[in-house]
Amino acid sequence: MAAYEHTEHTDHIVPPTTYVVIITILLCLTAATVGAAYINLGKYNIVVALAIATLKATLVVLFFMHAKYSPQRTKLVIIAGVFWLAILLFMTMSDYVSRVDYRGIHYPMSQRIVHVPSQHS
Amino acid sequence: MHRTGELYGQYKTLAQQKETASLGMWIFLVTEVMFFGGIMMAYTLNRHVYFHAFAMGSNTLSLKLGGFNTVVLLASSFTMAMAVWAAQTGKKQLISIFLSLTILLGFVFFYVKYVEYAQKFHHHLVPGKNFNIFFCRDNPTKCEDISAEDLEEENKELEEASAADPDLNSHAQLYYSAYFGMTGLHALHMVIGAGLLFWLLRTSFTGRYTPEWNTPVDLVGLYWHFVDIVWIYLFPLLYLIDRHK
Repeated sequence: MAAYEHTEHTDHIVPPTTYVVIITILLCLTAATVGAAYINLGKYNIVVALAIATLKATLVVLFFMHAKYSPQRTKLVIIAGVFWLAILLFMTMSDYVSRVDYRGIHYPMSQRIVHVPSQHS
Repeated sequence: MHRTGELYGQYKTLAQQKETASLGMWIFLVTEVMFFGGIMMAYTLNRHVYFHAFAMGSNTLSLKLGGFNTVVLLASSFTMAMAVWAAQTGKKQLISIFLSLTILLGFVFFYVKYVEYAQKFHHHLVPGKNFNIFFCRDNPTKCEDISAEDLEEENKELEEASAADPDLNSHAQLYYSAYFGMTGLHALHMVIGAGLLFWLLRTSFTGRYTPEWNTPVDLVGLYWHFVDIVWIYLFPLLYLIDRHK
């Protein structure tokens, strides 16, 4: 509690120029992500798209949401949230992409082979 | 009840009181990350298994409308950040102006979303009995709101996708379920956000928010930025699959 004894007001005020710089970068990155989608990078298209999205989200969290100037415990909450999401995505997907059915056929493929087309198509 | 910044007994300073409120908001936002995370997980798996259908579905979305909405939402995040700045520096009129701009941009987003949804209804792309991914190929006269080039590209994609996936129609429905589910929940969050912004705007006219006490502006700002982040991910995930053909 000692940290609070002497400081009545700890709001860190981010100057508008910072916000203008950040929004400009965000708009440029939006253009970049659309541009990158039109280049054939094979399976890396999604990697590039998500990398740019994550960069944009990080800028929003750090500057618009003031996380950069927040106390350590707020940062811990944010990082814990992202980490938990990573567990959800990573562990579930690693199960599915490595799953093999009783015929020894890889999961997505096995779905297609046993497929019965519906009456709609 | 008018809580205009008095210090409650359990806190030592106003700064500590505000930090506590902000931490609580962040914990709520983390639960929202988990909420959207589950849906993203379902999307990721279906996209992995039915990639051709998802790419096909993505190519039927309008990149112009989606891209425009991305810019609108980023701009609204900027005006929200400026509203928080105005509150922190005690510029009371600017708070109301920036909040109004944020609401206005929110409504531009809603309008574009309405145009997009209406188009999907006209093109038989809403999951259900009448869902038909081949509708625009079979009835080109009813799809004149799509430019001839876009339609041609769509049909090329459709040909490739139906060759790779014998049950393209059902799997494209999965894509559109994900599309309406994710964008619908995102829009619901924006409706709630817009309601909060209207409340902030109304209370800002009384000059209640000062450099010493502006917690509501700050916390609604955090929520609005979070909704923006959700869209930052939805845009590439839904609109930008396999666009390079």
